[in-house]
Amino acid sequence: MLIRRPSDFPSSEITGETLYQNRRAWLGAAGVTLAGLALPARARAWGAAVQGDDKLTPYNVVTTYNNYYEFGTGKDEPGQNAGGLKTKPWMVTVEGDVKRKGSIYLDDLLKGIPVVDRTYRMRCVEAWSMVIPWNGIMLGDLIRKLEPGTKAKYVEFTTLLDPKQMPGQESGVLDWPYVEALRIDEAMHPLALLTTGVYGKPLPNQNGAPIRLTVPWKYGFKGGKSIVRIRFLETQPRTTWNIAAPQEYGFFGNVNPTVSHPRWSQKTERRLGELFKRPTLMFNGYADQVARLYTGLDLKANF
Amino acid sequence: MTDGQVVRRILKPLLWIGCLAPAAWLVRGIVEGDLGADPIKTLTHTTGLSALTILLVTLGVTPVRRLLSRPSLVLLRRPLGLFAWFYAVVHFLIYAVFDHQLSVPEISEDVAKHPWVLVGFSALLLLTALAVTSPAAAIRRLGARRWNRLHRLVYVAAILVILHFLWLVKRDLTEPIRYGSILAVLLLARAVPALVRSRAAGRATAGAN
Repeated sequence: MLIRRPSDFPSSEITGETLYQNRRAWLGAAGVTLAGLALPARARAWGAAVQGDDKLTPYNVVTTYNNYYEFGTGKDEPGQNAGGLKTKPWMVTVEGDVKRKGSIYLDDLLKGIPVVDRTYRMRCVEAWSMVIPWNGIMLGDLIRKLEPGTKAKYVEFTTLLDPKQMPGQESGVLDWPYVEALRIDEAMHPLALLTTGVYGKPLPNQNGAPIRLTVPWKYGFKGGKSIVRIRFLETQPRTTWNIAAPQEYGFFGNVNPTVSHPRWSQKTERRLGELFKRPTLMFNGYADQVARLYTGLDLKANF
Repeated sequence: MTDGQVVRRILKPLLWIGCLAPAAWLVRGIVEGDLGADPIKTLTHTTGLSALTILLVTLGVTPVRRLLSRPSLVLLRRPLGLFAWFYAVVHFLIYAVFDHQLSVPEISEDVAKHPWVLVGFSALLLLTALAVTSPAAAIRRLGARRWNRLHRLVYVAAILVILHFLWLVKRDLTEPIRYGSILAVLLLARAVPALVRSRAAGRATAGAN
């Protein structure tokens, strides 16, 4: 069941034809609304122009606008505070129902697994988004290499706990260390990555160096950073934001415009660099690839 | 210089400079394209924080005026209040235009569905009522007593603004709590003397406001 041939998704496919057409339709509708309310034509044209395609978010934005509370809760704080994090050598511990247990250097862990380039939309639960060219490995490739047992139903990722290097961990804003997890079939999905780089460069510390989880159809908080432990579990583990506010952040964290966050709508998002919000797409636009993972699951209850 | 002259010639110009500074900073940022990765968020947060900060300063006028026995400081209260309202209006307009493309149904839905939006919107309505009744003519028409009672709503508005702030924050409550503590101190600064006065009023007839 776990073994599925990895199919590759070229960047061109990430922004599918459907998205393009939906956006046209939406822009038309928005234009009508705006015209009705007599917003100056120039502003409308401006809005349409910046509403453009899934253009790459510039490197300096990707690396200066980060949610990484281990280095502070401000968006600019990780960029300012993460410089001192020592990411080499880096040990990762593999635990649970898996054949290749134990602590291993990251370089050895990844040895022999092909590196892929993937451009993904990244949608934060706070209703902003980016488009980021990642480099990394398919998580499924690593999992196959580690050979999980039949009782491994979930994969859990734990971030480094080291308040000396991560000043944000001195505060009690979240339960440290940061823990995230996926169901094993989600983890095996060819879109799920462990990323080690961005824009063809090694991952900057503020983006989760040396290795982080990137799951493009889920809200950004699912992407645990600076991972030191991978655990294969039979039961669903508790995850950090779910512990912090269970009514606001579910285990799945799938991008879903039809399920509002209790305090704000998830229907739209602001793509960084654009002025107006754009509609949020089901599974962040990856429904064609991932919807089958959730057949029969009530996505409202399992948000 | 008399106290009145100090207020008019020195403090008022300073007030204008101070209150226009955030707007000037934002305009400079827009012109130079230097408002960070999410400029709309910077605009929303800066105008919101400016409104709250100036509102708190407005609420500080009366306690300070009493503490220093400088009645003419009251002249600062209206312009401060109006600046707070100005930033609140800009804050709302940015939200209405850039988050909701001025779509009335969308904004109504957002206000109705999300408590922190509702709370902020209510605060804006209250501040608008106070701004509209701020000219001297409105005071005359309403009568001092009714006007005073109406303008006590400023405390309700301030509490709603703090609630709005607390509610919108994802996890780190440090900043709203900081502003909320200042408001708490200001409320106490009004409530305690008022209590003392009402006790005294039992013995004598109340005179000054």
